[in-house]
Amino acid sequence: MYDSHHLILAGLAGDSASKLWGVIEAVGGFIAILAIIFLVAGKVTGRLERPLTIVICLVPVVLLLIIGLVIPAIRTFYLSLHGADAYGPTVHSVGFQNYRWAFSDPSTRSTLIRTVLWLVIVPAVATGAGLLVALLVDNMKRASLAKAFIFLPTAVSFVGASIIWKYIYNYTDPHRPQIGLLSEIVIKLGWKNPPDWMLSSPVNTFLLMVIMVWIQTGFAMVVLSAALKSIPDEIIEAARMDGATGYRLFRSVQVPMIRNTLVVVITTIMIATLKVFDIVYTVTGGNFNTDVLSNEMYTQIFTQFNYGRGSALAVILFLAVLPLVGYNVLQMRKERASR
Amino acid sequence: MKSNFVAVAAIGTAALLTVTACSSSKGGGGSQSKTTATVSAACAPYKDYLGHSGKTVTMFGSILSPESDSLNKSWAAFEKCTGIKISYTGSNDFESQLPVQVQGGSAPNLAIIPQPGLLAQMVKTGQVKAPPAGTVANEANWNAAWKSYGSVNGTFYAAPMSANMKSLVWYSPKLFAAKGYTIPTTWAQLMSLSAKIAADGVKPWCGGIGSGTATGWPATDWVEEAVLGTYGGQVYDDWISHKVKFTDPKIEAAMKTVASYMQNPAWVNGGIGGVKSIATTTFQDAGVPITKGTCGMLQQASFYEAQWPKGTTVSPTGDVFAFYLPAVNSSISTPVEGGGEFVTAFSSDPATQAVQNYLSSPEWADSRIKVAPGWVSANEKVDQSLYTDPIDKISAKYLADSSATFRFDASDAMPAAVGSGAEWKAMTEWFGSGKSIDAVAKEIDAAWPN
Amino acid sequence: MTTTTPPAITTATDEPPVRKVRRAFSSPLASVAVVILAVLWTVPVLGLFVTSLRPKADVASSGWWTVFSHPHFTLSNYNTVLFKGGYNVNSGLAPYIVNSLAITIPATIIPIILASMAAYVLAWVRFKGSDAIFFTIFALQVVPLQMSLVPLLQLYSGGAHIGGITVIPALHLHGSLAEVWLSHTMFSLPLAVFLLHNFISQLPESVIEAARVDGASHLRVYRSIVLPLSMPAIASFAIFQFLWVWNDLLVSLTFAAKTTAAQPLTAQLQQLTGSFGSHLELLTAGAFVSIIIPMIVFFSLQRYFVKGMLAGSVKG
Repeated sequence: MYDSHHLILAGLAGDSASKLWGVIEAVGGFIAILAIIFLVAGKVTGRLERPLTIVICLVPVVLLLIIGLVIPAIRTFYLSLHGADAYGPTVHSVGFQNYRWAFSDPSTRSTLIRTVLWLVIVPAVATGAGLLVALLVDNMKRASLAKAFIFLPTAVSFVGASIIWKYIYNYTDPHRPQIGLLSEIVIKLGWKNPPDWMLSSPVNTFLLMVIMVWIQTGFAMVVLSAALKSIPDEIIEAARMDGATGYRLFRSVQVPMIRNTLVVVITTIMIATLKVFDIVYTVTGGNFNTDVLSNEMYTQIFTQFNYGRGSALAVILFLAVLPLVGYNVLQMRKERASR
Repeated sequence: MKSNFVAVAAIGTAALLTVTACSSSKGGGGSQSKTTATVSAACAPYKDYLGHSGKTVTMFGSILSPESDSLNKSWAAFEKCTGIKISYTGSNDFESQLPVQVQGGSAPNLAIIPQPGLLAQMVKTGQVKAPPAGTVANEANWNAAWKSYGSVNGTFYAAPMSANMKSLVWYSPKLFAAKGYTIPTTWAQLMSLSAKIAADGVKPWCGGIGSGTATGWPATDWVEEAVLGTYGGQVYDDWISHKVKFTDPKIEAAMKTVASYMQNPAWVNGGIGGVKSIATTTFQDAGVPITKGTCGMLQQASFYEAQWPKGTTVSPTGDVFAFYLPAVNSSISTPVEGGGEFVTAFSSDPATQAVQNYLSSPEWADSRIKVAPGWVSANEKVDQSLYTDPIDKISAKYLADSSATFRFDASDAMPAAVGSGAEWKAMTEWFGSGKSIDAVAKEIDAAWPN
Repeated sequence: MTTTTPPAITTATDEPPVRKVRRAFSSPLASVAVVILAVLWTVPVLGLFVTSLRPKADVASSGWWTVFSHPHFTLSNYNTVLFKGGYNVNSGLAPYIVNSLAITIPATIIPIILASMAAYVLAWVRFKGSDAIFFTIFALQVVPLQMSLVPLLQLYSGGAHIGGITVIPALHLHGSLAEVWLSHTMFSLPLAVFLLHNFISQLPESVIEAARVDGASHLRVYRSIVLPLSMPAIASFAIFQFLWVWNDLLVSLTFAAKTTAAQPLTAQLQQLTGSFGSHLELLTAGAFVSIIIPMIVFFSLQRYFVKGMLAGSVKG
């Protein structure tokens, strides 16, 4: 099995040019096939046209999603009803025991509460900061440089980001030269004995959130800035004629115009926050009362091999986001009704 | 959808079988005789492994550069002479990736597993292959303890590869010489030395158990040393199999021993902060104060040698060196705690078995030792004179000592839910939040899988 | 695909009075605020950068800001990251950058095209059940991709190499890279469909209706109106999809890392950190090496945001 695999790879191995050629072939081939499908389907008119379009545009996506996410999701639910060790030949059903564990185990329960805190604070702050920057740089000269700087953290990998923040939060005996920037700053400001930040609950959780906000603000800024740009100048001008300025203009004209985008950004960041575990994983490993659901899920499955418990947490994660889906559904309904 | 999958899988398997059949017929008989005929003198030691030219054997492990480069160099001659290509991949996430790949049906041919606990998990999947006769024949190369850690329920699966020595204490020979301290050879001496260093105004101990998601593991090593050094091998083994619980007075007493020096505010945490700072300091940074003269000693394994900053000389007269950690209870004969890796096969094709056999031979171990220092073999037949590094020499000496009470890292041998989960977490709370020993022990026991 | 240039719904007309109105918001105070925010956001990156230029011993013993008073720099971290280290090839890191590109480019383009098609149909060619499909896709964002690794591996090792099942037969020629592209595509589709649907559904109805009345088929509307008009949205998603795939380690490790020859940059940089995470200083240098290409992508796609970006999202 490996041999055939490797013959293919060996052919690609040394030769970068052939790898890039493979990319061009793949992407080119993909687009060519689409072009042919479009060409052929374009000949079809009349009653069949609509259903054919639906099939062409939706089937690949739906199929890929069924294979890649729906089946694994069902499998996860199945695993969540089974014993801790799903590796062995004997898989035993345990009913809802894993769920009971998740809601009764005190440390897991506080993890659930902490996750909710993350879900509220991170999207709000990141979107707020992103919106602020987007508003401020709207039509500002040299804005792209400022935007690039705020975008920069988004481009740093999670692990890279976590490492630098770990150094920022580093604790060293206050009588010695400091390695952590945060301690250095507060000492300079006159706080003689700053605590070991990562040990001090609940401050540590908020400090970890700062990392996520730092990363996500770039995303919020890029998308919101784009949305702000799309507001026709005429509308703003008209509002100005009516006497709206500064904050009022922002509240009564700009925000409603980009409302939909705001919801999208908040939703996206919320889901990203729900899923991210790299930060907690790298900085504290979930210790000192900083654990979040996604990290606990990852640890249960991948370091402790508690497939059942980990899967139950994954299902809870999924359920936790259903209200969010519901809210978006309502929004979208309203949107469509108004059209 | 599920039934579609089965159909697809069936077709796929059929196709793959055809491919495999084709490739094995290509690599078979004819080419073997040809290769044998052209064996040169330099390749003579590899004659047992011939006949699989053109094959690739995939290998997966947690060893990263530069150690992985040394591995690649160590079997370069083997590859050249046999025509077998060994494709090694290393990852930080090895412990979580391996089960994923094994479950996904795309296991590597060989895996280098550092935890007997993980080995047992993998054996449970039914995909670990029994070692070939050539590997089993090398059985006498390892002492009984090592072989038992490569076995699951009494069946031998994986040959031990490298070994590291955990019963070491790092110190600064320069500081010791300047202050006239002598290397302690008993527990009592170690404790009185600690008191002396403290009286001289330097914190005698430093430590750090931070290690990302594995935060806590160095603390488990400290407790393990105390258990082994106080009660010996039998209690230690019973502890691994949970016949002796964490709440057992013996284990709690061992934890108290650790607390008596590593949680003594007057003795730690040299150059870093108070007792709690042990929980947030990474194990990598824990030894730095020794080079600055602000900390006396650090209890860490032989592999810590790679952590010292560039330019630090490691020798009995240099900037840093290590001495053997004496037994808490002098009636225990030379307790030695170690760690290591086990070569596990997920394929029984002949090329994989040839590599497996080669890796279990003393010839390969010698070849690896010659490539670079900082590596000790678990193989007793290696040429001990090849070790050049002073730490390697110490480690090899204790690991090969037949009178020593050698035991493998207990947390690595316990079920992952404890050894890579609850124990790390609880011990981190023990240091970080001052949780009581009893509460820590109870929490760990509660996580033991039924 | 995009032979037509975006018909400029230039709402940002250059009439002087309007510009004056807008400029009113960019007061000096706003400039100061932006500078402060930019500095705040940059300090950690600066710290990362300075750390990457320091010797290991200094990193562990003094704060990075001390270099401004006691400069002590070394390029050795970069030297190691770029040219030494266990790369198994003589040419250093370059082949792995190519690998990363070979993974990232298709894994960015393919999901965007597929998602934009689906988003168009879900927004404009609605049918019974289309809402349900959309909301299901949206909800699938939450499925942790870790849960998909094992089932997908089982599928691939069990026979994804058969042309028949892959939607795009050309892919199976490339062995495991196709697996990586496919996996990334699957994992990114929910967010891509969600974001693009949001933009596409707000395109001016009049434009699309007009084209339909003129007899254009749905596919034609998609290709010549929807696609060009949503270029800005596509560009902004492309940046992030590129970033996610570029920085990904888990997916490529699972599906492409059986041999080092196909590994991406992230996997190789991880190698450098050493078996016991002993070379974190190299990771900081590596982080900067790997950030260069995403930044080029960001700047080259920036122009899509500057003028008329999301012109379509204005209700018609």
